[in-house]
Amino acid sequence: MSTATLEPRVHAPRNYLNADYGWKSWLFTLDHKRIALLYMVSVSFFFIVGGSFAVLMRIHLTEPQGALVQPETYNKLFTLHGVVMIFFFLIPSIPAVLGNFLVPLMVGARDLAFPKLNLLSWYIYIVGGLFTLYSAIAGGVDTGWTFYTPYSSTYSNTQVTAVAIGVFITGFSSILTGLNFIVTIHKMRAPGLTWFRMPLFLWAMYATSIIMVLGTPVLAITLFLLALEHLFHVGIFSPALGGDPLLFQHLFWFYSHPAVYIMILPAMGVVSEIIACFSRKRIFGYKIVAFSSVAIAVLGFLVWGHHMFVTGQSVYAGLIFSMLSFLVAIPSAIKVFNWTSTLYKGSISYEAPMLYALGFIGLFTMGGLTGLFLASLATDVHLNGTYFIVAHFHYIMVGGAVMGYLGGIHFWWPKISGRLYPNLWAGIAAVIIFIGFNLTFFPQFILGYLGMPRRYAFYPAEFQVLNVMSSAGATVLGVGYLIPLVYLIWSMRYGPIADANPWGATGLEWTTSSPPPTENFAEIPVVTEEAYAYGPVEGIGD
Amino acid sequence: MQSLPFQPEQASSIAGSVDQLYFFLTAITLFFTVLIFSIILYFMIKYRRRSPDERPRAIDGSLPLEVLWTAIPTLIVAVIFVWSSLLYFRNSEAPKGSMEIFVTGKQWMWKVEHPEGQREINEVHVPLGRPVKLTMTSEDVIHDFFVPAFRVKKDVLPGRYTSLWFTATKVGTFHLFCAQYCGAFHAGMIGSIIVQEPDEYERWLAGGAPGESMEAAGAKVFQASGCSTCHTPDGAGLGPSLLGVYGNPVKLVGGETVMADDAYMRESILLPKAKIVLGYTPIMPSFQGQLTEEQLNNVLAYLRALGKSQPKPKEEGKQ
Amino acid sequence: MAHQFEDLDQQHEADTLGIWLFLVTEIMFFGGVFAAYAIYRWLYFAAFAGGSHILDIKLGAANTIVLLGSSLTMVLAVRSAQVGNRRALILFLVATMILGGVFLGVKAYEYNQKFVEHVVPSLDWAPEGEALKLLAPGGLDHAQLYFFFYFAMTGLHAIHMIIGMGLLLWLVLRARKDDFTPHYFAPVEVVGLYWHFVDIVWIFLFPLLYLIGGRY
Repeated sequence: MSTATLEPRVHAPRNYLNADYGWKSWLFTLDHKRIALLYMVSVSFFFIVGGSFAVLMRIHLTEPQGALVQPETYNKLFTLHGVVMIFFFLIPSIPAVLGNFLVPLMVGARDLAFPKLNLLSWYIYIVGGLFTLYSAIAGGVDTGWTFYTPYSSTYSNTQVTAVAIGVFITGFSSILTGLNFIVTIHKMRAPGLTWFRMPLFLWAMYATSIIMVLGTPVLAITLFLLALEHLFHVGIFSPALGGDPLLFQHLFWFYSHPAVYIMILPAMGVVSEIIACFSRKRIFGYKIVAFSSVAIAVLGFLVWGHHMFVTGQSVYAGLIFSMLSFLVAIPSAIKVFNWTSTLYKGSISYEAPMLYALGFIGLFTMGGLTGLFLASLATDVHLNGTYFIVAHFHYIMVGGAVMGYLGGIHFWWPKISGRLYPNLWAGIAAVIIFIGFNLTFFPQFILGYLGMPRRYAFYPAEFQVLNVMSSAGATVLGVGYLIPLVYLIWSMRYGPIADANPWGATGLEWTTSSPPPTENFAEIPVVTEEAYAYGPVEGIGD
Repeated sequence: MQSLPFQPEQASSIAGSVDQLYFFLTAITLFFTVLIFSIILYFMIKYRRRSPDERPRAIDGSLPLEVLWTAIPTLIVAVIFVWSSLLYFRNSEAPKGSMEIFVTGKQWMWKVEHPEGQREINEVHVPLGRPVKLTMTSEDVIHDFFVPAFRVKKDVLPGRYTSLWFTATKVGTFHLFCAQYCGAFHAGMIGSIIVQEPDEYERWLAGGAPGESMEAAGAKVFQASGCSTCHTPDGAGLGPSLLGVYGNPVKLVGGETVMADDAYMRESILLPKAKIVLGYTPIMPSFQGQLTEEQLNNVLAYLRALGKSQPKPKEEGKQ
Repeated sequence: MAHQFEDLDQQHEADTLGIWLFLVTEIMFFGGVFAAYAIYRWLYFAAFAGGSHILDIKLGAANTIVLLGSSLTMVLAVRSAQVGNRRALILFLVATMILGGVFLGVKAYEYNQKFVEHVVPSLDWAPEGEALKLLAPGGLDHAQLYFFFYFAMTGLHAIHMIIGMGLLLWLVLRARKDDFTPHYFAPVEVVGLYWHFVDIVWIFLFPLLYLIGGRY
């Protein structure tokens, strides 16, 4: 045998990770997969920053008088916790990490439509992040992530302008990502990949991108006006000069409500992929789930007023927003029923991704149902501005979106890194996270109903027991989050080498090597099957 | 009703009905959570993978099921929506004859003024069993007046009035919280609603520093600021008479008719050129920046009192 | 052709969809400030009308013609690219830049006038004489709001125009290097669409800011 043709096993086959070396090959890359990794590192960094603020907050709240910091500092902690987690972790997480990595692979293309815009979007994200970090270091911001006027525009003497600029800039990262995905999905699908053969993750990315593209610009102009008001005090949001503070709220929530669907739809897409793979079954009601994603995106733009039920707005406006808010819950409920039905007569296995997906369904169901309490006018009056709201959105954002993100990372890790991680530790972490999460946030529903308002740096003693329970739970949750950090990094060097399709999943991304080569596919694939072609199909029941 | 351990006290006329809806929502949440959790758990066990080559038959879907689980949730939310909206609607208008109290929120305290002139800071004494309407405004940023035991809450905004009402059904002291983040000591902007038996309330009202009623104070401001010069009772002055105006419709130049409510009165003082009464000219100067919120509240109380008086017979428009 | 595309047609379709999507985001962006403007104009019409009357309607109208002209030259530039006429392409691109420059110059002059008349919110707000007479009836505070919108909206528009000028320069440089052929001139089309959009925004701004209360 000729040694010229036999390649020693020591060198891994050519893939996007080893195609080139050096910091320039990473910072100037146009490869969507490398850009996804750049995002993965950055969002992880911001998750740690935002999470640290949360840890400090929960320690502080173990005592009614506040255990750790001055009230002014606490106010800055919860503000920056919100800003960092929402704009620098939750919104980019699945789209910019998993979406960037997978969308071209799933459509059967070599890259996104606009690779340079993709890299630009990461740099924009970083610049926005730097402005925000600056605002944190240079004194912090104490307005709440919602920046309500006139406090933020006229009264607060914290770094409002800096953080407004930071979030403004980062918004363009979102817009460019969404634009890229929409064009890619429309124009670059492989031959044979019709819309209704696409994996549901792509439908979720598409719906999310619509929101990113239509909603984020409104946030941009709102922050722009806020910054001008903070700097020049013209009165656009200040009643003393004829302005209307509620105008700010309308403009702000017009984006920020659809933003929560930017945060949850991608996680729902991940869950669809995982449930299908680990039940070895096509998602029940595929078309309905696809349409539900789009319906959520559209309806999500019509409900922003439910954040303003107690502002003194007209009762009739309240009625309309309440009704629409109930309607937007229906497509989500439909999805939960369809995922559950997919398990029926499936072949279910319990690797870590599946544990995250099932945890998502449970916690999202709880979080979503508690949303009904808030869509309902009479109960929202009592619950608005309390810890009930905090619990509700953390159930969806952390119990839902973060678990979806972690599930997706665990599902596609072999594809991204070419390595496997220890399933036992992954499963343990998933369970610890599930338990820690519930311990942290369930007591907050009760606190809210009892009347403890949110954003309180100190509180009446009668609320202490539940606060301590919540903080104890946060410790467990924190430990849970640290474990994957350890074994995932470990796996990159020491994990067993993964083959192209360790889970036996369908989808174009699994037909290429783990990790994929830079050009994704040796030849552009031709699609002939429906999505999730795991087994014989019983009959089109739509 | 006996409070459950995780339930705030029910101390107002609407607390019971709000809690009923809350418990219904809790029941729905519990039901569907248990349902989904159980079904998933059951499927997880029953359909666990037994051999690595299992290839289950795909089931594409079922239209009847989709219709069912779309229709049922829609029905449920429709019920909740109607129930909640009716409750909300009913609770939105203060009953006629409510006792009126003025509240001004400011960083970081609540300033309360009873019509009789009694002033309080961070406390509101109210009588048991009588509907109380709070007319509220802020001196600076947005605050929120929240009484968990009464299940009432309303934002308090600068530059305008918002209101909420309640009827206390229990004697005692109940938490008052600010529920809209308003700066450094947001958590400290708390106080108490003190509900007393009616006779004890009267005694409290009479005791303490004898002050003048808000109406009397308002009349003084009205005189001192020169309002009475133009707004003569007979309407023959440069401005319209204010007898019988508050609470009734007003015809404007241009044909529009508006309700003379709190917001209209406030606007007429601060932005007099915004709406001109039919038959008069836009010559009233603005009092923006010349009257404190407290003075404005007192004038408002005075105007409310004038509104109850009989208006003089209608006369021709004066030029 | 970029490597991620199968053929030039696919690339062209992607570029076209991309720029239209981007323009949609711009509509949403400007839409926010237009909505705020609409609300305050409805609330304080007299103040807005007064402020509007201070603006120089002749300059505004002239600028509108200039910008419309620049859209014409832009369209002719795209046409030139389409037929492969490099000289004409460069000529029309430069003409568009010149007209854009005229617009910005007039705008700069108008801004300067606002300082002269002391009607710049917060920075130099002390209306006197004619200006005061026009603004007083509607209330000076609300007039300040009007001028805030004047500067914010025309300022945002001007920023977009400056970016557009940069894009036009980039096109000129690429055209000189012979980058464009009748089969590939997508960048010219894309910038053209952007330029037309910026023009359309001005078509809305002119009546909304200069023609309130009717006094032509």
